[in-house]
Amino acid sequence: MNGIVPAPIARQPWQMLLPLFVLIAFGALVLFSAAAGSWEPYASSHVIRFGIFLVMAFVLSRFSRDLAMFFAFPIYVIVLLMLGAVEVIGFVGGGSQRWLDLGFIQLQPSEVMKPAIVLMLARFYATLPVGMVPTWRALIPAVALILTPVALVLLQPDLGTSLAITFGGAMVMFAAGLPLRWFLGAGLAAALLAPLAFFFALQPYQQKRVFTFLDPESDPLGDGYHITQSKIAIGSGGFSGKGFNEGSQSHLDYLPEPHTDFIFATMAEEWGFLGGLVVLGAFAMILGWGLSVARASTERFDKLLAFGMTASIFFYVAINLMMVMGLAPVVGIPLPFMSHGGSSMLTNMVCIGSLMMVNRWNRTAPRTGLLR
Amino acid sequence: MRLRKRSRPREVVTHSTLDNAFDRRTFVIGTAMGGLGVLLAARMGYIAIAENEKYELESESNRVNLSLIPPRRGWILDRNGAPLASNRADFRVDIIPERTPDSDATITALANLLNLDENQAADIRKRVDDGPGYQPVEIASGISYDQFAAVSVRLPDLPGVVPQRGFSRFYPTGPSVGHLIGYVGTANAEEYAEQDRNPLLVTPGYKIGKDALEKQFEQDLRGIPGARRVEVTASGRIVRELETRDDIQGDPVRLTIDGPLQDYAARRIGLESGSVVVMDCESGDLLCMASMPSFDPNSFSQGIGRVEYAMLRDDERVPLRNKVLKGLYPPGSTVKPMHCMAFLDAGVKPEETIMCNGGRRIGNRFFNCWSNHGRVDMAKAIYQSCDSYFYHFAQQVGFAKVAEWAHKMGLGEEFPLPVQSQFFGTVPSPEWKQRRHGSAWQPYDTVNSSIGQGYYLTNPLQLAVMSARMATGFKVMPRLRMSDKQPRFEHFDFSPEEIGYVRQAMSDTVNGPGTAGRARLPFEDIKMAGKTGTAQVVSLSVSDGRSGPWKYRDHGLFVFFAPFDKPKYAGAVVIEHGGGSGAAYPIARDVMTFMFDPAKGMDALRALEEQWGGNAQQRLNSKYRAYAAAQGESVPPVPARDEDIFDRVEAEARLAARQPEGLAEESNPSRVDDRTPEEISRTSAAANAEPEQ
Repeated sequence: MNGIVPAPIARQPWQMLLPLFVLIAFGALVLFSAAAGSWEPYASSHVIRFGIFLVMAFVLSRFSRDLAMFFAFPIYVIVLLMLGAVEVIGFVGGGSQRWLDLGFIQLQPSEVMKPAIVLMLARFYATLPVGMVPTWRALIPAVALILTPVALVLLQPDLGTSLAITFGGAMVMFAAGLPLRWFLGAGLAAALLAPLAFFFALQPYQQKRVFTFLDPESDPLGDGYHITQSKIAIGSGGFSGKGFNEGSQSHLDYLPEPHTDFIFATMAEEWGFLGGLVVLGAFAMILGWGLSVARASTERFDKLLAFGMTASIFFYVAINLMMVMGLAPVVGIPLPFMSHGGSSMLTNMVCIGSLMMVNRWNRTAPRTGLLR
Repeated sequence: MRLRKRSRPREVVTHSTLDNAFDRRTFVIGTAMGGLGVLLAARMGYIAIAENEKYELESESNRVNLSLIPPRRGWILDRNGAPLASNRADFRVDIIPERTPDSDATITALANLLNLDENQAADIRKRVDDGPGYQPVEIASGISYDQFAAVSVRLPDLPGVVPQRGFSRFYPTGPSVGHLIGYVGTANAEEYAEQDRNPLLVTPGYKIGKDALEKQFEQDLRGIPGARRVEVTASGRIVRELETRDDIQGDPVRLTIDGPLQDYAARRIGLESGSVVVMDCESGDLLCMASMPSFDPNSFSQGIGRVEYAMLRDDERVPLRNKVLKGLYPPGSTVKPMHCMAFLDAGVKPEETIMCNGGRRIGNRFFNCWSNHGRVDMAKAIYQSCDSYFYHFAQQVGFAKVAEWAHKMGLGEEFPLPVQSQFFGTVPSPEWKQRRHGSAWQPYDTVNSSIGQGYYLTNPLQLAVMSARMATGFKVMPRLRMSDKQPRFEHFDFSPEEIGYVRQAMSDTVNGPGTAGRARLPFEDIKMAGKTGTAQVVSLSVSDGRSGPWKYRDHGLFVFFAPFDKPKYAGAVVIEHGGGSGAAYPIARDVMTFMFDPAKGMDALRALEEQWGGNAQQRLNSKYRAYAAAQGESVPPVPARDEDIFDRVEAEARLAARQPEGLAEESNPSRVDDRTPEEISRTSAAANAEPEQ
């Protein structure tokens, strides 16, 4: 950066922030269209929320490592308590109990648990004596830390979020260097248990979604409707799309949830393959930056925290995009930074904020001559 | 762990190995992420570019809803261009069962909105249950704008309900043309399959011809459907119209029927059950083919209700049968002039006489005449309807000769008319009896047949054609579709004198000392010629044919043409169980009066309708109300298939047609009774008080 730009601004991680702004702006445009050409009710609140959470992310990035490590456990416990509270006093929203009305915001504690579990596990492995990593003492507490919130979220029931929490936790464990054979064993066990879980643990509506995913055309007007219509929206967009505000699938209500889970389809219909590449490219840059932050860290806590946060964002993006393109069953997971929704924005901005925090630590960290 | 400790050295884990593992593993994960990103981009490219065409099409078929606009049906016109069947703009509501998740609740809601009663709702439910789901079922048509609007605004709560502006078939003269024109209705599953699943047939509001001319001229009347392309939301709300192509109305079909005459004749039949046929002698144009009692094609076209159907089905006068084409009756004495033509052809001179003596001995049996006519020549035999004359000369020339002429004159024949079916009856002959019954022709068969009894069966159309052919001496062919071409008919090789002789004799039946004096037209210059006939239904031992139960009374027949000296119109009137020809010829007289002087004809009809309690439509309506009130709710539903509606009556019709045949096969023919000639002349004298037969 040259001298014209003040140092505090030039310092910021623009290689992540610029694609992030692109995604937010693009998301706002799509939401504008999804509301039939109006800033209300989606687009304006989307931008405002982003502004608020961006400030929050900058504040977050000022935290010191010690503070972050100190708060890891209390935050985890508080979110866990909130998850319990959802079970007790949560009201019915979207067919299952997920929301906690805090008065000023309707918070979805399961969403907040995703970064919280990453922070908690990062702290756990950072303080775990190095020699204990390949022992059961590295495994059992982590598994307990993950399964407790997952069990509560499954009770809601919310399969998508519990998978996200598991994924985030597992990624931190994987990065922490736990023996590979444990993961292979767990993968094998999961493969064996999956059919059993499918038939005995899943709700009928979830089973149906899996069947539908396997053969969406079997019932195009019933359960396959979402996937079919989403594919029609993406496919009819073609190379360059039908044009801004011209999407018939979303405007005529054929596409379900055009502003949340299926916002990518809404986008693709109007902006085509090119729009899709822009979105994929932006996510690639953000996630790539996240990985580089993790790899550039020296402290074990920093590495695990940054990697876990990146993996959490990735999980959202991957599952959502696979879902809208018919590669995964319909699970209620929104697309980060584009879908309309406060909790999702909060979670993802917490992840971004944490990454910025680690990024700042990296810049101020004393060089350890041996490794660098 | 302990096992592992013993088997190999414990893994040495240090900060640097962990860092190495982290770098390795995050690299692997990062690569996997990138790979998934590429996979997603490829997948999107495949859907959006490779399969673009397919999905664009699906998106368009989502967005654009193409609906057919049912074509307006062509009109059916009478010979003067007045509509016998036209279309009336109306509002209607249909339901498509397969798009209705809870059809019961929807129908209940609609019944409330449209004020339908229990029976109507039950009819709709049955049609919804029986029909294939894709087929629209009519809820109501001809509803008011307010009702239409009430349904329209509630559409989001009434899935599968289609309200629309449309046209419904309208028959201005209602029951008068019911049998002639037929009616229209929603295509059933079989018709849909037959016509290659033409989507038009399952378009709400579209109806096809179901019977008679409506069915015969279906292709002409159908027209070309219009189409409307609209943009719709997923819930079916119309956002905007994209383009509309108007329908093209079907071609009109112009008939030879004279609308007012048809209506007049149908109404003039009044309380009786019967038919009137009038045709133009020169062109063969059928001016009137009235059959009563009838049904109201307007209510059939709206989907007939169970109450109305039950009323029609239960009526012993079979209002569902077209008696002009499917009513078979012994022609009785109406064939006598025609038999005279056969005698003339066989060389019998008109002046040849016989002595009647109240009957005639044929072989070793004595066959009665209905009276003692003394010396009888051909003219007297016609206008006095002397049976003995025909017993004698039929015996003399042989009945095969007579039967040949009967066929030439149109009896036992089917005519090339655009109708669903004609019952062509029987002209008995020795060859026919051998083939049909496997027994030899007997003298008493000649006796019975010579006076139009026995095996003889004709329909009213045949009698009218016979009358026209006799009047003109040409082989007049009836036609129903108007054409400017004047047909040329083959001539029967009779001398003008011979034709004139028979005409005069038939005129004398009406205008002279004949059996139908009351049939005289109220005009100085126009005279009608005719011949009465009475056809026995049961043997004299069951009923005298004039009183007693309706179904045992004799049929009354009358064939006629007018003016007698230069025949223009010819026709036939048959009144079922009218108790004799006295029931028939006054109708012929009034119909012909109306033909020549409508005002005079109407005066006669008005006076009668006042006695009868309204015209045919009004009487049908009041009868319906009375029937519905008497039946209450316990009315069986209408058969699901349209054919069944008429199959049943056709079966009855066939049964009825067998009845006289059975009568003819009785060993002791009705005309042969054991009374002495003296007794007979006594009863004949009584009958002569009001001459008929």
